[in-house]
Amino acid sequence: MHKLDFFTQKRLSFGLFVMVLIVLTYATIIFTEYNVAKGFTSIPKAVRWATANFYPDAAAIKKLPAILAKLSDTILMSVASATVASFFAFFVAIFGAQTTRINVWFSVFARGIATVFRNIDVSAWALILLFSFGQSSFTGYFALFFVTFGFMVRVLIETIDEVSTDSVEALRATGASYFAIITQSVIPSCLPQLVSWVLFMIETNIRSATLVGILTGTGIGYSFDIYYKSLNYNAASLVIVVIVISVSAIEAVSNWIRRAVL
Amino acid sequence: MPLLQIAQLSKRYGTDKYALEGIDFTVDTGEFVAIIGPSGAGKSTLLRCINHMIPMSSGDVVFADASTKSFNATQLRAHRTQIGMIFQHYNLVNRLSVIENVLHGRLGYKSTVAGVMGWYSNAEKQQAVEILQSLGLSEQMYKRCDQLSGGQKQRVGIARALIQNPKLLLCDEPIASLDPSAAKIIMDTLKDINQRLGITIIVNLHQVDVAMRYAQRIIGINSGKIVCDAAPDAITPTIIHEVYGSEAGELILDFGEQYAQA
Amino acid sequence: MQPTTTIIVRPWNAATLILRITIISLVIITGYAFTTFNTRGVDFWAGVDMLGSNFSALLLTPYLKNITFDVMVHNLFITIGLGFLTTIFGAAIALGLALLAAQNLAPRWLTIIIKGLTAFVRAVPTVLWVLIFAVSAGLGSVAAVLGMTFHSAGYLIKAYSESFEEIDNGTNEAHKASGANWLQIVFKAVLTSSATALLSWTFLRFEINFSTAIAMGAAAGAGGIGYDMFMASGFYLNLHEMGAFTYAVLAFAIVLEAGATRYKASLSK
Ligand SMILES: Nc1ncnc2c1ncn2[C@@H]1O[C@H](COP(=O)(O)OP(=O)(O)O)[C@@H](O)[C@H]1O
Ligand SMILES: [Mg+2]
Repeated sequence: MHKLDFFTQKRLSFGLFVMVLIVLTYATIIFTEYNVAKGFTSIPKAVRWATANFYPDAAAIKKLPAILAKLSDTILMSVASATVASFFAFFVAIFGAQTTRINVWFSVFARGIATVFRNIDVSAWALILLFSFGQSSFTGYFALFFVTFGFMVRVLIETIDEVSTDSVEALRATGASYFAIITQSVIPSCLPQLVSWVLFMIETNIRSATLVGILTGTGIGYSFDIYYKSLNYNAASLVIVVIVISVSAIEAVSNWIRRAVL
Repeated sequence: MPLLQIAQLSKRYGTDKYALEGIDFTVDTGEFVAIIGPSGAGKSTLLRCINHMIPMSSGDVVFADASTKSFNATQLRAHRTQIGMIFQHYNLVNRLSVIENVLHGRLGYKSTVAGVMGWYSNAEKQQAVEILQSLGLSEQMYKRCDQLSGGQKQRVGIARALIQNPKLLLCDEPIASLDPSAAKIIMDTLKDINQRLGITIIVNLHQVDVAMRYAQRIIGINSGKIVCDAAPDAITPTIIHEVYGSEAGELILDFGEQYAQA
Repeated sequence: MQPTTTIIVRPWNAATLILRITIISLVIITGYAFTTFNTRGVDFWAGVDMLGSNFSALLLTPYLKNITFDVMVHNLFITIGLGFLTTIFGAAIALGLALLAAQNLAPRWLTIIIKGLTAFVRAVPTVLWVLIFAVSAGLGSVAAVLGMTFHSAGYLIKAYSESFEEIDNGTNEAHKASGANWLQIVFKAVLTSSATALLSWTFLRFEINFSTAIAMGAAAGAGGIGYDMFMASGFYLNLHEMGAFTYAVLAFAIVLEAGATRYKASLSK
């Protein structure tokens, strides 16, 4: 038996990888009973339909104020959930991070809770919370809150352990108290990253809020759903235009802030 | 007059083998001691046991005639305020100003509230300015630490330690990340602090030649045990071999000679 | 001699100023947001009160009623399958287009067009893409796969092209100098040196698509376990069954996350 040279071996393993993917994909198509042919033919149909029907017209523009009001509900909810959840997440992250934890078990507990919160999808949270808060804004608010909280705990633990371990050690060596170390070293080092992540979560939450809105009948998602179900596609397309503009604008502002702050 | 007595100090991380075993030595007030040894010998562990950044496994550290073995949290903080620490990676809060980083050295003396709020008295601020002046950093006082060079950062680290009004300075590889000229400035500064202010200094070094040039006394450690403890002129090639193991010792001696000729 | 009163500890600069303004704005917007909430007659505190008992019903006493365990597992795998398919389709499309969107590989005008289009695709939430496709394809897995593929492709084109742009230009230059053509450069230099980055992004997208597939089952008739959750919540009003589904979804999501963490750790070694 002779040894294959390095490149041949590499090409072989890459080929094998692609083969496995193709087989898996094929098996999944069969298992999910996905209709590939219909998928392909639907694309040109959708394009034809969209160019013929899916654009805002004069009647739709009249609905703009109502749409903007719903949009503002959604944006406000996204900001509020991201901000409040991040605030709480920061405390939990302090207890969860290796650098600043006071107790190993509490740290394990904090990480565990956060894992559960972020790994239940926001739509599932909305369905669960419907039991407690019905079709009120609270349902969407808490759904976004829990997912944001779980996500923020994880990234903030990483941030704290990454940016403040060294300076925490130094302040501990001066005899500073635990809380002084947090306010004088951990917070100043992590705050810019924290704000950057909050902005990221606001962007994410606006997208999720649309989905949650469809499920709970609130905000911009609800607007879209109503126009869509009543076959008023001109108004529905205007909702999309409004979402695209606001998401892009918020992304631009966030990027500007990030550049200035980080 | 002994300032520090290490008695039968041992340290074991978890169930690993001992990082330090039966360490015994005494340091008098005003001494300049260098600790040398290969990487992993236990130098950093030894320094961190002196100010209890790492809990020791057995033995005792007697500092200023007080046994520190059974100190409670408050006594520990008070103990640490008397000992300044300087780090290889400076361990500053990079996003804060130079002067604020220096003032962090006062946190150990503050009540929890004053420490959390970062309230510093005028006298403390005045002292910070004077120390910065004496270290040639007046110009940089209001700069953010991430705008400084490595040598300047280390001088900020020294200033932070000095404002503690310490009896002892522990320096863990203070010049390992610096170029030769910045390293010389730092070592000269430490020497000056030792001679002018009478502050006792213990410095971990991996450059034997630097240790020989600056220290009054050299302690060699290998595998957690003291191998030699002598004045620089008593350090022979045989002893270096013993500290570093034969082959590495050869290299270090060669390198040291080149360094001396250059 | 320094006048003692003028020693500032925390000097102002643009970064801290903007940081403060951002934080204060967020707090004000948040406070205002709470006053605009639509309560629809729901008592907040009663809801919070109920949250506790609901959570204990959900998490402590899960059981299945309307479907069997086997069906639940089957439906979970349908959801996983939708997530997988859309990731593979999205990745295949993105791989081609990302090469044309990377500034170091394609002409500038082309990169601007592609990046602009993908920014638009990403700005529209996935669920809306699915509903748009549903008009011609009907509500169901076809529309869900198309919509999710669309959004995944938009996301991965951005991620891939940025990975391509990050690779060392020296490698490209060296290959160019040795007379390699564009395709050879792509295969020899670009794809090999960014392979791990592409894999991590694709895996991350799979995690996202698994979640999205649940949501599409709930909100856009894509079937799978999301649809079961939707029925348990909106039709049967059965929290215990919801709990069983939640555990099923959670189990797979945590396995995925642990896999991703392992993979990342093995890369950094
Ligand atoms: N936090 C730790 N946990 C476990 N082992 C450690 C830890 N820190 C250091 N060690 C081990 O203790 C020994 C001494 O390390 P250290 O004091 O850092 O040596 P040096 O500073 O001389 O390079 C090494 O074997 C190292 O692996
Ligand atoms: Mg060390």
